Amino acid sequence: MISLTSPVRTRAHDAPAGAKLALLAGATVVLAATDALSFHIAALGGTLLLYALPGRVFFKAGVSRLRILWPFVAIVLLWHVVLRDTEAGLVIALRMVTAVGLANLVTMTTRLTDIMAVLRWLGTPFARLGLNMNAVEIGIGLLIRMVPVLREKGDRLTESWRARARRRAGWRLVLPLTVLALDDADKVSEALRARGGLSGNEKE
Amino acid sequence: MERNLAHIALFAAVIAVLGLLPKLSLGFGVPITAQSMGVMLAGAVLGSKRGALAVLLFLLVTALGLPLLAGGRGGLGVFVGPTAGFLVGWVAAAFVTGLIVEQWRSAPLAIVAGLASVIGGIVVLYGFGIVGMALVLDKTLIEATALVAAFIPGDFAKAIITGLLTAALHRARPASILSRQARASA
Repeated sequence: MISLTSPVRTRAHDAPAGAKLALLAGATVVLAATDALSFHIAALGGTLLLYALPGRVFFKAGVSRLRILWPFVAIVLLWHVVLRDTEAGLVIALRMVTAVGLANLVTMTTRLTDIMAVLRWLGTPFARLGLNMNAVEIGIGLLIRMVPVLREKGDRLTESWRARARRRAGWRLVLPLTVLALDDADKVSEALRARGGLSGNEKE
Repeated sequence: MERNLAHIALFAAVIAVLGLLPKLSLGFGVPITAQSMGVMLAGAVLGSKRGALAVLLFLLVTALGLPLLAGGRGGLGVFVGPTAGFLVGWVAAAFVTGLIVEQWRSAPLAIVAGLASVIGGIVVLYGFGIVGMALVLDKTLIEATALVAAFIPGDFAKAIITGLLTAALHRARPASILSRQARASA
């Protein structure tokens, strides 16, 4: 499955994932707390500079991911132009684009294994309270593995529907797809149990 | 325990795959995806706790950076964007939908699951979504409601289909409708 990580390797990939996430959290709080237009123009400029540093390919990939925000930017700006309060509208739109841009930047420059390690660390206090981190990690692995499997089954259902009908299948595929998933779940649970289950041998 | 985890993970995968189905357009041009139907279905089929956990697992893996949301979106950015409230609301939506299906056993499953999806997947979900949008776009709750109102008819259709699907699943795989199993197996 395609992940959202960057098409090119950047220097930011070597920075510790925990530090990047902490910086992101800090930056998001500052963005939310500031209302000055000049600050938000500078913040977006700085974010775009960060996108531009690793080169053209990275910049294009990053900016294309921000494009989904344009309807919201358009609505907010239009709204505030009508209300004759353009500056407030600009602040809201800039803040939104910068916040999403910075968060996407962390996602693009952090490998799945690195962010998983942070998740494990964040989970430690909850593990003391009884959260089975083993189960969480197996769940994540299962989901990542089963999405392409289920997707392929969905594609096959679509093909057989097309062979029989001229209309589009649409939501009619949801029932057989869910039945297949439920059957898979039964098999997967047996396989998990046969391999020693979730409690594992590492239990204290 | 293993059975619960397998159901949670597989249902999270169903939610992801439903996001890949092509978008349908309502008569007046509002795009709807089947993904939020997966959320309603998770609650109605798995019950409150497991349904909410399936959504939580789905969101966790999305946050880790996999493009599981409809339209190939994912990563941390979606959790600070204008629709972040809807994502958080999905967890509550699946929980409430599941809770209603678990508790209300005196009516036909299709009706119960359909109404539960309306309450969980529309009333509760839009509550979270509207608050989130009001915060990000700095609008009042009424203004934010006006912005999302166009999507409500599509979600009504999804809730009705969810009710029918849950009843059909109950006929196809009675043992798999965990929300209607004996209450001992939590």
